Amino acid sequence: MNLYKIVLLEMRQRKSQLISGILAITLGIGIIVGIRSISLVSEKAVAINLDNLGANILVLPQGASVDNYYSADIDAPTLSEDYVERIVTSTLPGVDNLSPKLTRRVDVGKEKVVLTGILPKNELASKPIWQTSGLMGEELKASCGPNPANESHGYKDEKLQRKSIDSIGFGDCLIGSSIATKLQLKEGSKIKILEHEFTVAKVLTETGTIDDDRIFAHLQTVQDLLKTGEQISAIEIMGCCNAISEGLLGKLRNILPDTKITTIGQIVSTQIETNKLMNRISLIFLIIIFVVGGISIGNSMWANANQRKKEIGTLRMIGYPKSKIYFLLLSKATVMGFLGGIFGYMIGSAIAYFLGPQLAGINVHPLPILLLWSVLLSVFISLLGAIIPAYAASRFEPFTNIQEE
Amino acid sequence: MLLITNNLSKQYKRRDTIVDALKDVSLEIEEGSFVTITGPSGSGKTTLLLALSGLIRPTSGQIIINNKHLENASDSELSNFRKENVGFILQSFSLIPYLSALQNVMVPLALINHSKQKQIEIAREVIELVGLGDRMNHLPRELSAGQQQRVAIARAVVNKPKIIFADEPTGNLDPDLSTEILSFMKNINKDMGITILMVTHSPVAADFGNLKIKLSNGELSSNLKHHIVLN
Repeated sequence: MNLYKIVLLEMRQRKSQLISGILAITLGIGIIVGIRSISLVSEKAVAINLDNLGANILVLPQGASVDNYYSADIDAPTLSEDYVERIVTSTLPGVDNLSPKLTRRVDVGKEKVVLTGILPKNELASKPIWQTSGLMGEELKASCGPNPANESHGYKDEKLQRKSIDSIGFGDCLIGSSIATKLQLKEGSKIKILEHEFTVAKVLTETGTIDDDRIFAHLQTVQDLLKTGEQISAIEIMGCCNAISEGLLGKLRNILPDTKITTIGQIVSTQIETNKLMNRISLIFLIIIFVVGGISIGNSMWANANQRKKEIGTLRMIGYPKSKIYFLLLSKATVMGFLGGIFGYMIGSAIAYFLGPQLAGINVHPLPILLLWSVLLSVFISLLGAIIPAYAASRFEPFTNIQEE
Repeated sequence: MLLITNNLSKQYKRRDTIVDALKDVSLEIEEGSFVTITGPSGSGKTTLLLALSGLIRPTSGQIIINNKHLENASDSELSNFRKENVGFILQSFSLIPYLSALQNVMVPLALINHSKQKQIEIAREVIELVGLGDRMNHLPRELSAGQQQRVAIARAVVNKPKIIFADEPTGNLDPDLSTEILSFMKNINKDMGITILMVTHSPVAADFGNLKIKLSNGELSSNLKHHIVLN
C-alpha cells in the first residue's frame, strides 16, 4: 500500500466524478488544440508562400513612389549604401537575405531599357561585418529558408519569384526575356550600354512583370556608369514570413526612419489575417480554459475533498501529515489533467482535421508537438484548480470522524 | 507511567460563551491498563480522548505520553506521534470504503518504510488474528458491522501502538457483537500489553476496564480527583 495506490483505487471507485472532471478540461483543451493546429499549419503555409515569392520587402528613399512593388525602384531618388550596413548590423531576426539595387531607365539603341545594378550574393557574403552578423549563416537558413519539405505544398509561383542572384561579373549582364526578344539577344551576345560593353551571361525566364524589361549588371559597374557614387535606389529584403507578421516592418522603420518600406505581404495578407484571428481566438480560449477549466477541476476536487472528509480525517487521525493529504489530492488532479490533455489532444486534432479545410482552406494533420503542449497545459490547469481544495482538505481536522458521531 | 496529565483544561468558545469542556484533569495511567471513561453526554469524555490522543490541543495543562509532551507539539510532531504510538477504534469504524479489509489494515503501514511484501505479511497476520482471514479481500460494504469493527481493531494494532483510544467502539453493535468486540479488545490488552482508553456510555462495556474514570461537567468525579495511580 502506498499513496499512489490509494489515489488510483479512489479514482476507480468514483468513476463518474472522475469522468465529469476530465470532461470539462478535455473539451477546453480540445478546442485550443483544434484552433492551434489550424493556425500553426496555416502559418507554415504563409511562410512557405512568402519564402517561395523570394524578396518581399522593399526599402526605398523617402521620395520614391510605392504604387507598384515591382517598379518602385525605377528612377527613384537614391540613398546611401550605408543603409545596407545599418540593416545588417541591426541583426534583426527575420531578415533572411538582402540585395541593394540601383536602377535607371537608359537608352539602348532605340529601346528604353531598365538598367539595374545588383550586388550578387557572393559579394554580399564576402563583406566581413555582414558575415559576423550571421546574415548569410546557417542560422538564417534554419529560421525560414526554403525547405525541401515545402515543395509539396504547391505554393511555388515561378512568375512571382524574385530570388537573389548568386554571382555576376563586372562585364556581364543578365537580361529579361522581353528585352532580349526586342534586342534579339541571347546568351553570349554583346550589348553596349552607356558606352560600356557587356556580355549577356543569361536570358532570364519570363515573369510577366517589369523585370522582363530589365538588364541586370554588377552594382559597382552601374554606379560607375551612372556616376552616382556609393548610392543605391532600393534595398530588397527577403524577410521571414512570421517575422513580417510579427512587426519586422515596424522594426525596420525604426532603424531606417528616413525611408519608405513596403512589402508584397498583401499577396498572402488574407492568410496572415486568418492566422492572427486564429491566434487571437486561441488566446481567448486559453484564458477561458484557464478560468473555466480551473474552476471546473477546482469544483470537482472540492466536492471530492468534502465527500472524503471522513476518509481524510481517518488518515490524519492515523498519522498522515498534511503534506500527504496534499499529495493525495494533487496526484488525483495530475492524473485528471494528464488524461484530459491526451483526450483533448485527440478531440482537438479531429476538430482541426475536419474543420481545417473549411476554416483556413488547408489540410491539417495531427501535430505531435501539441500532444506534449496540451498535456502540460492540462496538468498545469488541473493543479492550479486543485490547489485550494487540496489546501482546505489538508486542514480538515483529524477528529472529524469522532466529532460527527 | 505511560500517560500523565497535569491540570488538563480545554475551553471552547461558542459565540460569546466560553464552555469548559475539561477542568483541571490530572491522571496517571500505567502501561498495560484498560481504562474506561464514562459520564453523561457533554461531560467531556470525547474531548478528553481527543486531547490525550493529540487530536486537539488543550487550553492549559500538560499531557505526557511515553515521555513525550503533547501540549505544545507541532502538527507534524503530533502526526508522527500518532503514527508511532497510537491506534484508534471508533464507533463508525472509519474504514476507507474503496479499500479491501487487507488494504485498510495496510494503510498505517504505508507510513512506515516497509516493502509491499512485508506490509502484506504483517497485515495478513493481524487480520487473521481478528478472525477475518477469509474476508481480507472484501470491501467494507461487503462485511457485517462486527467484521468491520474487527478490521478497525486490526488497523489499530497493526503498528503495535503503545496505546489505543476507543470512542464508543460498540455503539453501533448489538449486545452479542458488543461483547465479542469488547472481549477482543480485552485480549489485545492482555496478550499484546497495549494500553486501552475507552470512552463508553454503556455500563456493561465499562466493566471490561480495570479502571473506570467518570467525568462530570469536564471534571473527574470526586473520588478520582487528583492523581490516580493505577495498577
